Amino acid sequence: MVISMLPEKTLTMITQRSIEEGIALEKGKHTKEYFDACSVIEMNELDMLRLSIEENSPVKVKSECGEVIVKAIVGIQELPEGICHIRQGVWANQIVPCRTYSTGVPQYSGFPVTVTPAPGSIVRGARELLFESVRM
Amino acid sequence: MPKTLEGIGCPFCGCSCDDVRVIVSDDEKKILEVENACAIGTEIFLQATNHERITKPRIRQPDGNVKEISYDEAADYVAKTIMNSKKPLMYGFGSTTCEAQRAAARLMELSGGILDNCASICHGPSLMAFFDNGHPTCTLGVVKNRADVILYWGANPVHAHPRHMARYSTYPFGFFKGNGFLERTVIVVDPRKTDTAGVADYHLQIKQGFDYELFNAFRMVMYGHEQDIPDMVADVPKQSILEVAKILKEAKFGVCFFGMGLTHTKGRNHNVDIAISLMRDLNAVSKWSIMAMRGHFNIAGPNKVWSWTYGFPFCVDLTRGDRAHMNPGETSTIDLAIRDEIDLFINIGTDAAANFPIDAVKHLKKHPWITIDPNLSMAADIADLHIPVGISGVEVSGIVYRMDNVPIQYRKVIDMPEGMLSDEELLDRISDRLEELIQEKVKAEKKKPELISSEPVLCTSHSAPPLNETG
Repeated sequence: MVISMLPEKTLTMITQRSIEEGIALEKGKHTKEYFDACSVIEMNELDMLRLSIEENSPVKVKSECGEVIVKAIVGIQELPEGICHIRQGVWANQIVPCRTYSTGVPQYSGFPVTVTPAPGSIVRGARELLFESVRM
Repeated sequence: MPKTLEGIGCPFCGCSCDDVRVIVSDDEKKILEVENACAIGTEIFLQATNHERITKPRIRQPDGNVKEISYDEAADYVAKTIMNSKKPLMYGFGSTTCEAQRAAARLMELSGGILDNCASICHGPSLMAFFDNGHPTCTLGVVKNRADVILYWGANPVHAHPRHMARYSTYPFGFFKGNGFLERTVIVVDPRKTDTAGVADYHLQIKQGFDYELFNAFRMVMYGHEQDIPDMVADVPKQSILEVAKILKEAKFGVCFFGMGLTHTKGRNHNVDIAISLMRDLNAVSKWSIMAMRGHFNIAGPNKVWSWTYGFPFCVDLTRGDRAHMNPGETSTIDLAIRDEIDLFINIGTDAAANFPIDAVKHLKKHPWITIDPNLSMAADIADLHIPVGISGVEVSGIVYRMDNVPIQYRKVIDMPEGMLSDEELLDRISDRLEELIQEKVKAEKKKPELISSEPVLCTSHSAPPLNETG
């Protein structure tokens, strides 16, 4: 009941490269740098206010095909209202739809998500997320 | 005394910068410093010798633990797994050399499997649009020396190709552009105010997913229908469209660089298709080229190597034995994975476990998963067999194709750790073993070798028959 009362709004997700992610992945996907670079959702400040999301707090991002807990931050590269961004990587790919429209390319950008505050939730590591998904 | 190596190629993005300077220790075993490369490229070189490498193949045991095995045992395992599979898929190649891509073609042809590369999830739609519409393009040297208008559409080079603006497009002093950026106009079309947009002269903040509409508006201007353009198209005011269209038309030499903003979003190949059509329109009054911002330093490589081998740049289906075919949506990795059509996945020179949507990873992981990668990537973590290889461009020399399809000979900086193999050597070793197994199978079935060699084969040099006919 409490969860259903939390504000929800559909945002458009894009998942792309950032230089922070690029440097971190070369250091290694098991490193803290990679975790810090990729387990964040960048949002518009007004969207965050509207959805009662505090900066650096965990949020649940849900798409048609999955959900993931990440940390919310105000976009380092400015985002317009209604757009949010998770840097490409393990966290983003938990929610990327596989549909390719017969091109081979999944819908990495431009798919609807809901973002809700998830106080107390833990942002899990890349290996943990992956191993659980493939049941290892 | 430390040794300085000049003119080294960077193994990161499609810029394939070949002016990197690397300083190695006097025993040539450690990379000490890297100059001229971007932050990401520098990290690749430094990480090569900064941590302990995995130097032996590791196979997963039934209890979940991994055990080190020799390269011969690994090659034998891969060959036997291929023998037992009906439809193997080898995917990746963004971070391998063309020599390895050629060796992979030999292996998959023997296996009767699918060959696919990272273009399948990035610039595949661009290649499809090139098939449909052609594309006027040029080399990055021409851009540097001549271009006066640079259009970045759905691309963020400051983050994804950090030296692109500095080395090729915006800031360099070119032969006809002696004042560098002072003589160039940079236009960025992106829904976000990216760092690239921050340094541009014009930023059209487009509504996400409405690229096709904005291209159409520009084409309307080209055809003299500007009076019919609505006040806003894709959240961009008509006035800005007209202003930018004037710059595009008046360019002496313009180049449109486009990125994932067109190919990852709705429209995909159609976005690139109309971008090319706009270039065609502009070429009636000006001079324009268009170029894809390729992601990996040699992702253009497999497109080239397999195009001259089979006629197709990606999603190459070799399961029919006597002919190759390609049909994105049918023979593309993600679609094959989701439909569970693959019963062996070989990940090479990329990290599919981190880069694919998790649903695709789940499907692929139902079957044997083999990873060929220098580092302990996510794909190596979940693999049944991880075979480490030398790092292409750092420890392995070879040909790479830059984003403008210019081939560059990369030299190695240091040697691989002793006993390790390059991608090419490993793939050849697997192919050799597979050929032996095929011959054994043929003998066991008491077939005459002459009959086998008379069967139709693909156009590459070897003549062993495919293992199966599942296509």
